[in-house]
Amino acid sequence: MKATILQINRNDNVAVALQPLVRGAACQLAEGHPPVVVLNDIPFTHKVALTAIGRGEPIIKYGSPIGSALVDIQAGEHVHVHNIGSNY
Amino acid sequence: MLGYLRNNGEKGIRNVLLVVYTVECSHHVAREIASEFKDKEVHVIGFGGCAPNEYANNMLKTLCTHANVGAVLFVSLGCENLDISGISAAVKSSGRPVTTLTIQSTGGTLKTIDKGVAWVKEAYAAMQAVPRVELQLQELIVGTICGGSDATSGISANPAIGKAFDKLIADGATAIFEETGELIGCEYIMAGRAASKALAEQLIQVVDKADIYYKKMGHDSFSAGNATGGLSTIEEKSMGAYSKSGDAVISGIIKPTERPPQPGLFLLDVVPDGEPLFGFPNINDNAEIAELISCGAHIILFSTGRGSVVGSAISPVIKICGNPKTFRMLQEDMDVDAGKIISGEATLDEVGEEILDCIRNTANGEPTRSEALRHREFVLTYKQFDKQQPGCFPG
Repeated sequence: MKATILQINRNDNVAVALQPLVRGAACQLAEGHPPVVVLNDIPFTHKVALTAIGRGEPIIKYGSPIGSALVDIQAGEHVHVHNIGSNY
Repeated sequence: MLGYLRNNGEKGIRNVLLVVYTVECSHHVAREIASEFKDKEVHVIGFGGCAPNEYANNMLKTLCTHANVGAVLFVSLGCENLDISGISAAVKSSGRPVTTLTIQSTGGTLKTIDKGVAWVKEAYAAMQAVPRVELQLQELIVGTICGGSDATSGISANPAIGKAFDKLIADGATAIFEETGELIGCEYIMAGRAASKALAEQLIQVVDKADIYYKKMGHDSFSAGNATGGLSTIEEKSMGAYSKSGDAVISGIIKPTERPPQPGLFLLDVVPDGEPLFGFPNINDNAEIAELISCGAHIILFSTGRGSVVGSAISPVIKICGNPKTFRMLQEDMDVDAGKIISGEATLDEVGEEILDCIRNTANGEPTRSEALRHREFVLTYKQFDKQQPGCFPG
């Protein structure tokens, strides 16, 4: 099965959709990884949570914090401007 | 790999004869001279401005003595203010064949073209005698830039370039990244990779300088289109551009025309110092490429998503396309298909290796796509820089 989501750095708690993902789809990160079931439709190049992320916790992409969760986020949820904010 | 050994011990990966116009008024004559040598490594560069500018003098001085350059012909109108004698003296003392033709005293367009063509023929033959010597990967200086980016750039081509940078630096080579205006939001993350505390402070300051400068130009960093592409915060957008720099320790900050003082990873600060005077820091990608080359870059890694086709005078440009659809559309212009990361067919590490292979082949003389298509773009405009701040160079 080809990867449909990409984790850029192994410490990232979000992955990027490599194609539009439909709610309920089980996504393959890489071989040997458990699939992630997406809870929302996720557009191409948008982010999906790989783990549960609590309100106020950092969103890690590129191995670095790119913002913080504004609400509790579940694994498989679309991560974007509606549920995360800049720390800058 | 074999390089061209210059008198100062530097090694080039190309042996280019430059025809340099010293004001726009002599551009046509320079172009006509070079057009006689279409299949040879004869490139046209120059400065269009008539009023004097120290930055332009320094840029042309460093470019005309770049390791990839073998000989230089200056084509002057005769009344412009560029420091032609200073620049040509630097070329002469480097041991390269050099001469200046002045249109006003040579007798006009046609006579200058004839004389120029005759000189280029002779100098081009003479510069083939430059010794070829063994060249190691660690002797290379590699720059990187992105242009025509899209939502794929930050997740495919850019981090793959970062992987290639990590390997280059581990092998003892020199790598340069830039675009401080696109690093706004990740300066504190970047500062965490600085080799010293003083450098960490300077990294934050150069991004602050870029932020102020771009705001004065009316340029906003985060657009609605970015959010449509899946970017949620300014730091996420900046991390996408910043990921070209990889994970290595940052050794220092340089300005245009400054040579990295030792191997390692360097940030090129392209934003002018002082009050904004001449408009945008760099008007297009080729203005930035010229600055990377002025710092000694032998090769430029160019990340694109929507699909840029440019190359450059002096140093080869390797184009790394992050978007699989663009790659298929513009295949003749692209060197590396990083879109395979998007289609799930390759990992970032695998594409990073492909980029390294492409660097080795290019350094060994194989033409890049833009070279084969004779892209030789060059842009140089007015700018101003202060002397480097303490703390920017490794102690």
